[in-house]
Amino acid sequence: MSMSNTALIILALALVPTLLMPAYAQSVKGAESTPLSLSDTLPSSLSLTHKPRRGQPVSAYENTIVSRDGVELPRGSGSAAEGKLVYAARCASCHGVDGRQPGNVLAGGQGSLATPQPLKTVGSYWPYATTLYDYIARAMPYGHEKSLTADEVYAVAAYVLLLNQVVPADTRLDQHSLPQVVMPNREGFIELQAE
Amino acid sequence: MTQRTVDRRGFLKAGATVAAGSLVVPLLADDRVNRSVVAAPPGDYGQPSPFAPARREAISRHPFGAGAGASSTPLQLLNGTVTPNSLHFERHHSGIPQIDPAKHTLTIYGDVHQSLQFSYEDLLAYPLETHLYFLECSGNSYRNTLPDAQNATAGTLSGLVSGAEWTGVPLHYLLAEAGIKPNAKWLVAEGADASANTRSLPLNIALDNVMVALYQNGEPLRPSQGFPMRLFVPGCEGNISIKWLTAIKLQAEPAYTREETSKYTDLLKDGQAEMFSLRMGVKSLITTPSGLMTLPRQGVVEISGLAWSGHGSIRKVEVSADAGRSWVTAPLQSEPGPLRLTRFRLPWRWQGAPAILQSRAVDDRGNIQPSRDHALARYSPLGFYHYNGIQSWQVSAAGEVKNVYV
Repeated sequence: MSMSNTALIILALALVPTLLMPAYAQSVKGAESTPLSLSDTLPSSLSLTHKPRRGQPVSAYENTIVSRDGVELPRGSGSAAEGKLVYAARCASCHGVDGRQPGNVLAGGQGSLATPQPLKTVGSYWPYATTLYDYIARAMPYGHEKSLTADEVYAVAAYVLLLNQVVPADTRLDQHSLPQVVMPNREGFIELQAE
Repeated sequence: MTQRTVDRRGFLKAGATVAAGSLVVPLLADDRVNRSVVAAPPGDYGQPSPFAPARREAISRHPFGAGAGASSTPLQLLNGTVTPNSLHFERHHSGIPQIDPAKHTLTIYGDVHQSLQFSYEDLLAYPLETHLYFLECSGNSYRNTLPDAQNATAGTLSGLVSGAEWTGVPLHYLLAEAGIKPNAKWLVAEGADASANTRSLPLNIALDNVMVALYQNGEPLRPSQGFPMRLFVPGCEGNISIKWLTAIKLQAEPAYTREETSKYTDLLKDGQAEMFSLRMGVKSLITTPSGLMTLPRQGVVEISGLAWSGHGSIRKVEVSADAGRSWVTAPLQSEPGPLRLTRFRLPWRWQGAPAILQSRAVDDRGNIQPSRDHALARYSPLGFYHYNGIQSWQVSAAGEVKNVYV
């Protein structure tokens, strides 16, 4: 190695602090007045491009998120008649026997959205029936979340839809039929373009 | 000479100083006798002075479960742009879980090449970033959408906004490690609270400046802010910054969760509703003087307030003392920057006449804070999210300050 090559390497190493640590140097006042010695900068235990890969591969994760097409729905079924019993025992204390408890209204309000007194309910506002399964299964009953079986969730969903006259009284819902329920306000939303 | 630096509305021009030394005031009674005897020793966790108490306001608890509720930052008691962690606003849908970080994981799954699970310790090993950001609940200031003006403090009216220094792992590190499949366009974030709160976020935002936040104002997140980890989506409605973050699923379309369909959507007058209105609009309010305060005397009053925008940085704040007929640009007196609270201040000479104080912010995208009427114009009368209308404070001849609509 010639002297000139060595000098170039030393020069390059001397530049390392500014090349590797521009953000740090800018953010610390007086950093320029205390330059690192050459030995500090030698092969580099310091790096700005450190990207640890700490994620542990996992093969299965219990997906609970139900999309509007319902492909993630678990197997099970429940009727509106069964749902009426579950609802009375587990839901009515907060939502009212008819789903019209003020503050926790589930039913009614269809046709009210464009009026001065809009009432947003499952029947008047919710665009997708699958969201009923997703939300009841993850977040209801309040204080006893995730305590309903899949059959009970289908049943309660059927009963809430019956309270809204979205389905007939003899309805039984399962993972195939729930996504087929067309909600009255299905076309009522404008999806803003995210920017 | 002072007269020339005051314009007809009483605003002091930049550089004006108030003559000093014209008053001689008696010293306050001194209680320093034996102070060392009663002084407190160092303590393990600091507390504010009992002489400067501050409490969250407008604490609401759902009648069917106290865990679901909100509390507001007392904006009028604070200064600067950083909200102390103990006073940061809260909004919980199913209470505050106490989570042992050793038993908590974050899983990234769905449309990725390899599903990955991260522990709290794992995340601490990544390069962290630190930024000042505001966080605002989508329903902040909803009281000002009601038909009658509520006589309340700035904090009660608009304290569902706070500012903090957030430190966390840029989300793009973790998503890149899992490998984003080409069809993935959204993520769905899920919390580990009892309601397993879920929201969908477009990947173009998620890959921009979103972080998995671990620290707030230098200390590990409080449980009320998502300890051990939360999503933090700068500039967007607070509900999407999922607390107690435990899973992120990538997929082609949104999940259309209950939160983003039946709740955080904006009903318009024609009955249609806007969905995924994520950005918080440009907004400001005067915090001093503000509701329920009384000006102690005539003379120079320092008007001070906060401005922010979910679209970028605050470019300008104007102040009016005549209900918006004329405006004066107020100096911005905090470090400017995107998606953070900005403090403005402007001296005002109050000579005892009734006045209506307002502030109006403009961001660097050219968005201008609307009047109350304009802010409400498109929306259903009971739709109350994303309200960013101009706040009006009426100052009476007696110096009493109250919220009014103009």
